[in-house]
Amino acid sequence: MAEQPARTPEETPEKTVTRGLSRTVGKFARYTAVRGIALLITVAIGVYISIWIANMGGYVDKIRKAQIAEAVGIQFRGPQFRDMTPSERRILMEEQKEREYKRLGLDKPFLGRSFSYLANALTLSLGRTERMTSDTGSRQVRAVLLERLPTTLVLFGTANLLTFFGSLFISLFLSRRYGSFLDRAAVALAPMSAAPPWFYGIFLILIFASIAGILPYGGMLDAPPPETTLGYALSVLKHMVLPLIAWMLGTLAIAVYARRTFFLIHSSEDYVELAKAKGLRSNTIERRYILRPTLPTIITQFALTLVFAWQGAIITETVFQWPGLGRLLWQAIGLFEVPVIIGSVVIFAYLLALSVFLLDILYAMIDPRVKLGAEGQS
Amino acid sequence: MTIVKKFLETIRRYPTAVISATIILALIAVAVYAVIAIPLPRAIYLWRGADQVWSDTPRNAQPAWTNLFRSKKLPETFVVRVDDVDGTVEQLGDAMWRETTLLTFDYKESAFPREMNVFFDVEFETREPQVTITWISPDGSERRLFRGNVRPGQRYAISQDKTLQRALGELPHVGLLADPETTGQEDVDPEVWKGEYALKVEALTFEEGSTVSGRLVVYGDVYGIAGTDHLRRDLAVGLLWGTPIALMFGLLATIGTTILGFVIAAFGTWFGGWVDQIIQRITEVNLMLPFLPILIMVGTFYSRSIWVMLAVIIALSIFTAALKAYRAMFMQVKNSPYIEAARAYGASNSRIIFRYLIPKIIPVLIPNFVIGIPQFVFLEASLSVLGLGDPTLPTWGKILTNAYQGGALYRGYYYWVLEPAILLMITGLSFSMLGFALDRVFNPRLRGI
Repeated sequence: MAEQPARTPEETPEKTVTRGLSRTVGKFARYTAVRGIALLITVAIGVYISIWIANMGGYVDKIRKAQIAEAVGIQFRGPQFRDMTPSERRILMEEQKEREYKRLGLDKPFLGRSFSYLANALTLSLGRTERMTSDTGSRQVRAVLLERLPTTLVLFGTANLLTFFGSLFISLFLSRRYGSFLDRAAVALAPMSAAPPWFYGIFLILIFASIAGILPYGGMLDAPPPETTLGYALSVLKHMVLPLIAWMLGTLAIAVYARRTFFLIHSSEDYVELAKAKGLRSNTIERRYILRPTLPTIITQFALTLVFAWQGAIITETVFQWPGLGRLLWQAIGLFEVPVIIGSVVIFAYLLALSVFLLDILYAMIDPRVKLGAEGQS
Repeated sequence: MTIVKKFLETIRRYPTAVISATIILALIAVAVYAVIAIPLPRAIYLWRGADQVWSDTPRNAQPAWTNLFRSKKLPETFVVRVDDVDGTVEQLGDAMWRETTLLTFDYKESAFPREMNVFFDVEFETREPQVTITWISPDGSERRLFRGNVRPGQRYAISQDKTLQRALGELPHVGLLADPETTGQEDVDPEVWKGEYALKVEALTFEEGSTVSGRLVVYGDVYGIAGTDHLRRDLAVGLLWGTPIALMFGLLATIGTTILGFVIAAFGTWFGGWVDQIIQRITEVNLMLPFLPILIMVGTFYSRSIWVMLAVIIALSIFTAALKAYRAMFMQVKNSPYIEAARAYGASNSRIIFRYLIPKIIPVLIPNFVIGIPQFVFLEASLSVLGLGDPTLPTWGKILTNAYQGGALYRGYYYWVLEPAILLMITGLSFSMLGFALDRVFNPRLRGI
């Protein structure tokens, strides 16, 4: 922080105000810039580590080269090459292999390529896939990812929002009835979240699809897909029921427990006691004295909820055969499809960094307790 | 001692803690039993199922106890061995012996078996013995099933004998055990003919000391206490061995992440400055890394060994939001007077960290530690669902995955899904319940009613 300059006697109060304001704006701008750059560096390091892992430090190159060699070998087994001498054919095969290496950039050392990968990833020029295509046949990583985005958002956006608002309202309700039967029941149910959603998914499929036969095993649409828009929507909705319930069972209990504890801590603050003593209505106390001070935390959690919905959930999607981004990522890993993996990682990192950045700025603006200036001095 | 006693007194007031601790102790006992009863190499060998280890068990059989809840009992699986009955040996010539053995059994089941096989166990130097198998029905009537030379490891699949099927007009394992009045007719279902059956095995051996023994396996629809899977493996072995693996995985991963995270946070807060800065920055980068995709990549590209997975999981789980929470707690403690006092009398850094700083926060650590275990137990199962379980070990997650991929849900083999799932659930819930109870004991500020 800059040192406070001594105020000279001839300054008028107005001047002081404007200077104070401009100093605040300057500090704010500096804070924003420092925070932004720090986050950008964090994203870059995170993405670079992911690039190394996705290539196993160059080991994946070997696998891909072996795959190319095999594919070229098969290609040259056809009848049209029968008339060539073995040496001619070998030369042709080598050329073909080299061309393929070059196309995928395998002719350059991995270390150099890792930085160009990083630069491309950070500028969001995600490039082209190596083997995967989108359902429409595009080889753009962007198209492949965008195609799966709506399906993931429909399911996990709904699921996460339901968990978020569900736990918010239930926990507020429970903290009002601290110690009641419902409250104790909710506390007793908290260990349920030890099991992940996909685990409940298997039970739900067993009960509602196998035994009762009233809901589908998985997938997103009936086959054949309904013609009308309404029918289409209803079909998607029907396929969403089980994944949604599974998600709720796996996440809601712990979310309610955590929020309830959080609200209880905040409703035992002195100012809340005072408000109660003043005889304010419980609605007003809740809104003004409990919800308002805890709003920053709630907003943070809400933003992170939305960011994490982007990733989908690999295993839940696998169990329910939901064609979302999680499953795409899993398939991409199985195919050593590095551009898609990196694309998915970098978008997630950016979204996370962006929401952290926006939240930081928001807090700096609305919360007087968050100090501006040098960071890390908590 | 009094502290322990006091602690136990307190714990006793939380019934969920007592129940869950009992379940955990039982699970540990099962795990110890599994490791002693079936040594690890044996478990891996059995689970790989090579060398026809599971030739005597049916495919996808339900557990035997399910018959208790059925009005129409399913047939059980049983094996009739030569060792059970005495054989007679008579010398026919210079180098020729006849060995006759009777495999007798009482068929009392009300339904037909699924399959029948005869397995031979033969010993000879150069000349293969010749074997004749005759089926003897309860009324004494005989039917020749098989004649031929047999080699070690050979089997005669009764159920796949097409000639026999044509002669009987029914599937062999049905026709042989059915009342002859009801077989071979279009409009009549064959009925079981209950009674004493026998399989006569006559072996002509041509060497001194050459022996033939065999066993008849009648495959039913139920088997053992846990049933079998699609590879005829007895699920009891997998479920039993899954216990120590699940507990070990959960415990090691939790110990690794919480203790390392704890110590690192303590060092960071105590030394402050650049040490703390580096730890903070690593945490921020780590939060950007996608946890599960990285595990999947390591499993796909590098190794699926449970130890590699464990190491990666621990490495990725140290620098997380939990570390930030520990750091906040240490920050509060760091400035308390007793730490200042320790510093004043000249205590070393490591003494302050390990003797004064860390013990102060341990009450917070213990519940987190217990709650963390099921998370990792289920993580192992999650990795198995993605096909990244350890390739050699039998685990609950792998059984669940096999069941799921083997279409257990579509084909109604519910036991196959439910057994590992319920074990996972019991383990997860008991640790989780104990953790929540301990949380209330150690952090009385939020003690429930």
